[in-house]
Amino acid sequence: MGEPVKAKTNRIGLEMAPYRGGKTTLCAGCGHNAISERIIDAFFEMGVNPRDVIKLSGIGCSSKTPAYFLADAHGFNSVHGRMPSVATGALLANRKMIAIGVSGDGDTGAIGIGQFVHLMRRNVPLVYIIEDNGCYGLTKGQFSPTADVGSTQKNGQPNDLPPIDTCMLAVQLGASFVARSFSGDKKQLLAILKAAIAHRGTAMIDVLSPCVTFNDHEGSTKSYAYVKEHDEPGGEVNFVPFFEDISVEYDPGTTTAVTMHDGSKLYLKKVAEEYNPTDKLAAMRLMHETHARGEFATGILYIEPDKDDFVNQLNLVDTPLAFLPTGTVRPGREVLDAVMEEHR
Amino acid sequence: MNKVVNDFSIQVATVNGSGSQTANLVLLRSIFQMGIPVSGKNMFPSNIAGLPTWYTVRANRDGFIARKKEVDFLVAMNAETAREDVMTLEPGRAVLYDEPLKLNQLRTDLTFYPVPFDKIVATVCTDAKLRRLVKNMIYDGVLSELLGIEMGEMEKALRKQFGKKVKAADLNMGALKAGADYAKQHLTKADPFAVERMNKTGGMILIEGNTAAALGAMFAGVTVVAWYPITPSSSLPEALIGYLKKYRVDPATGKATYAVVQAEDEIASIGMVLGAGWAGARAMTSTSGPGVSLMSEFAGLAYYAEIPGVVFDIQRVGPSTGLPTRTAQGDIASTALLSHGDTKQILLIPSSVEECFELAQDAFDLAERFQQLVFVMSDLDLGMNTWMSTPFTYPDRVYDRGKVLTAENVKALGAEWGRYRDVDGDGIPYRTIPDTGMPSYFTRGSGHNERGQYSERPDDYQRNVDRLARKHETAKQQVPAPIVEDADAEVAIVAYGTSHWAVVEARTQLEKEAGLKTAYMRLRAFPFPAEVDAFIARYKRVYLVEQNRDAQMKMLLRIELPAGATNHVRSVLHYNGLPIDARSITDDILVQEGRKARDTVEAAAAVGRGAAAVATAAREGE
Ligand SMILES: Cc1ncc(C[n+]2csc(CCOP(=O)(O)OP(=O)(O)O)c2C)c(N)n1
Ligand code: SF4
Repeated sequence: MGEPVKAKTNRIGLEMAPYRGGKTTLCAGCGHNAISERIIDAFFEMGVNPRDVIKLSGIGCSSKTPAYFLADAHGFNSVHGRMPSVATGALLANRKMIAIGVSGDGDTGAIGIGQFVHLMRRNVPLVYIIEDNGCYGLTKGQFSPTADVGSTQKNGQPNDLPPIDTCMLAVQLGASFVARSFSGDKKQLLAILKAAIAHRGTAMIDVLSPCVTFNDHEGSTKSYAYVKEHDEPGGEVNFVPFFEDISVEYDPGTTTAVTMHDGSKLYLKKVAEEYNPTDKLAAMRLMHETHARGEFATGILYIEPDKDDFVNQLNLVDTPLAFLPTGTVRPGREVLDAVMEEHR
Repeated sequence: MNKVVNDFSIQVATVNGSGSQTANLVLLRSIFQMGIPVSGKNMFPSNIAGLPTWYTVRANRDGFIARKKEVDFLVAMNAETAREDVMTLEPGRAVLYDEPLKLNQLRTDLTFYPVPFDKIVATVCTDAKLRRLVKNMIYDGVLSELLGIEMGEMEKALRKQFGKKVKAADLNMGALKAGADYAKQHLTKADPFAVERMNKTGGMILIEGNTAAALGAMFAGVTVVAWYPITPSSSLPEALIGYLKKYRVDPATGKATYAVVQAEDEIASIGMVLGAGWAGARAMTSTSGPGVSLMSEFAGLAYYAEIPGVVFDIQRVGPSTGLPTRTAQGDIASTALLSHGDTKQILLIPSSVEECFELAQDAFDLAERFQQLVFVMSDLDLGMNTWMSTPFTYPDRVYDRGKVLTAENVKALGAEWGRYRDVDGDGIPYRTIPDTGMPSYFTRGSGHNERGQYSERPDDYQRNVDRLARKHETAKQQVPAPIVEDADAEVAIVAYGTSHWAVVEARTQLEKEAGLKTAYMRLRAFPFPAEVDAFIARYKRVYLVEQNRDAQMKMLLRIELPAGATNHVRSVLHYNGLPIDARSITDDILVQEGRKARDTVEAAAAVGRGAAAVATAAREGE
């Protein structure tokens, strides 16, 4: 018998357990499970206390996943497509919490497109993940608005309508961190998630996440095989969190360095000579061009590290609004007297 | 001619957007300052400018401030409606009109006062662009002379209205005086209506219900407000924003103790309220019927996941867009049962501006105590019209945050804590608020057991909704009790909200005109406290007065009270969009009591509805 193995702890001394969640009830092999794993890793490695985190979601297979990661975080599984408003309210009540929201491509692109638009536009500080499988998993395989033209359903039925590109929308609408990744690309997804946690503002990540049960057949453009084949992991993401004192040698000709709000560094490999991830037009052009080739660019596509976020803009007191005492939020007797006098 | 002192209504008929509101408020306020009870009701179209609008000032020495059905003194400024406005008056009434309209040719049984407004305004206002606005102050001047409203009080009211805008005030003062001078020189008093100083308004205030509710919310410590514009609700959040900016910003740091978001729609508004309520804020939204409909799904989540929040519903007329600028109590049943599945919400129903202030505070406490949404059911009449009131009382109590666990007492509960466990037997569970170090739980609208874990087990579901039913029972004893006035009588009246004012007056009419004594109960909340059942059981015939077509409160009584308990409840229903009036209630009860013939009442009903009913219908609104 050897020494008992000491469990691995992170920089704030926590073990892995509080970062894990309940046992998943999703299908074996579902892309969403892999994303949950990366979320667990990212929060653990970033040393964020799950108790400081609120995790929210809409409705769908994807939206079930907050139950499967960060057991100690405060969770809220809300209604279909309307998680953005719930997250916004929660962050106004308590600006100190770190928020992660999980949605599906149906949850975001269809019923929730309105709230998605306004979430991006407000730049609400949260990590917003779309687990994108091109279909409605939970209601058994109908097309979602991110399904590509010509992509087929399991029964062979092709999709006739063009897809909504959530990343393009997010850039246009004002999100300050826009990324796309693939549930099967462990390394890239983990780096993006860690950078997203370090970001202050909306970090919108569209993660292609195949549905093994309803959308993994030949003819689907969101199958594992198809995604692997057409993934264009252009901007390689190299994230150095603020607490790691590493200086990276980089060539400004091929890599862009971005300093994030908390001091973390992001080194993004350039996909093309003129590409600059802090340039909206360049980001849009990249997405258009890769899309035209039938491929999709992954990586951090756009970043604006210093954009003011919604909660900050409201200039709130430091104490979370939720915990302000009666004496602070109820004006004195003289205020009521003065108002009554105005109406006499 | 018998003089009629301090008991009449003045109706000013103008065009929307012509700036008559200032003149109307000066008229209202000056009578109020003379110590006479008043009310002011704006009847306006769903339109920004150009459509007809009416403003009614009622003065009543006995303190009856409901809408008076009959118009006693018409000020006809709008060519488009003038004819109908005049034709629907009862004989003996007075008409002050813009001379070119030649209204005196229409009838011989009225007193007519022609006033050449354009000529007069030209003498007091050189800037032609301003004339349209200043013109209205002239009828105030004429009325002051004809009715005996003291010029000093008019000036005081006018100066108050204009505040720091002294130049504008001076210009309007000129018009006011010119109107009075014209009346002095050219008009001979020939109607019976007169104003004489009294002392019934000393120390009182004039305020709109929405302003009062906004104040109530601020003093209740609201911290998160999410809203979407809709008439007649918008003036509530707008007033609130004004007060919050003034009184809830830390003067030292300039930082706010509140967050207000104009959301993208009502679904987002209520979503933000839920997120904020879940995270521990006192959160609210304000809307009207169409918005409440959109909030339905979230209202079910709040009920089932047990999340506090306050919703002000300033009710307006109609399914769909309906009559967006007219009043009703049309959302009672749908809001009480708002959402799918078995849901029952808490409703608080203010009757007065004072109650808008007070019930707003109760709403926040009850929402947190019961961990659910509380709907404050105001209406357009209360919210947007000007009411007199005693000044509001400063709230002394400490906020009731309900069963919120702190880091210390959660330890005391140990492993025992379950988010949805009924520890105290009152159906109300304990919650934690997301915060560093606090034990977490997973909030979900899907099936859950007492520990908050996902569950589709039949017994878990049933136990949970049965507990929610127990919570509803507990709420019955803690919501505001009805105001009961028993009487040695067979007949009782039950009403709620703004119907109150007309009922008070109707009860004296019933007694005076038919010797019919009545008991009275004013409901203030859903669910119904035990007193409601007991009161209804005490009387032989009960008339439930409502401002909707389908007797919605009666439906709720039927659902909540034991079988048969409402068999003797009859309905008095008023739903044409105008604020309810005493005459209609009195007549309806007398008909149902077999004391008056229905056809005589129906003939009279045409009167007083006035041109308001005719004229807007004739034009395309929205
Ligand atoms: C108001 C409402 N409409 C419809 C549904 C049914 N519904 C549940 S999940 C879902 C689609 C989920 O698809 P997506 O967001 O793509 O998530 P996935 O299951 O694929 O992860 C729908 C339509 C619902 N829950 N609520
Ligand atoms: S149905 Fe599809 S999306 Fe849902 S759990 Fe199964 S594989 Fe995942």
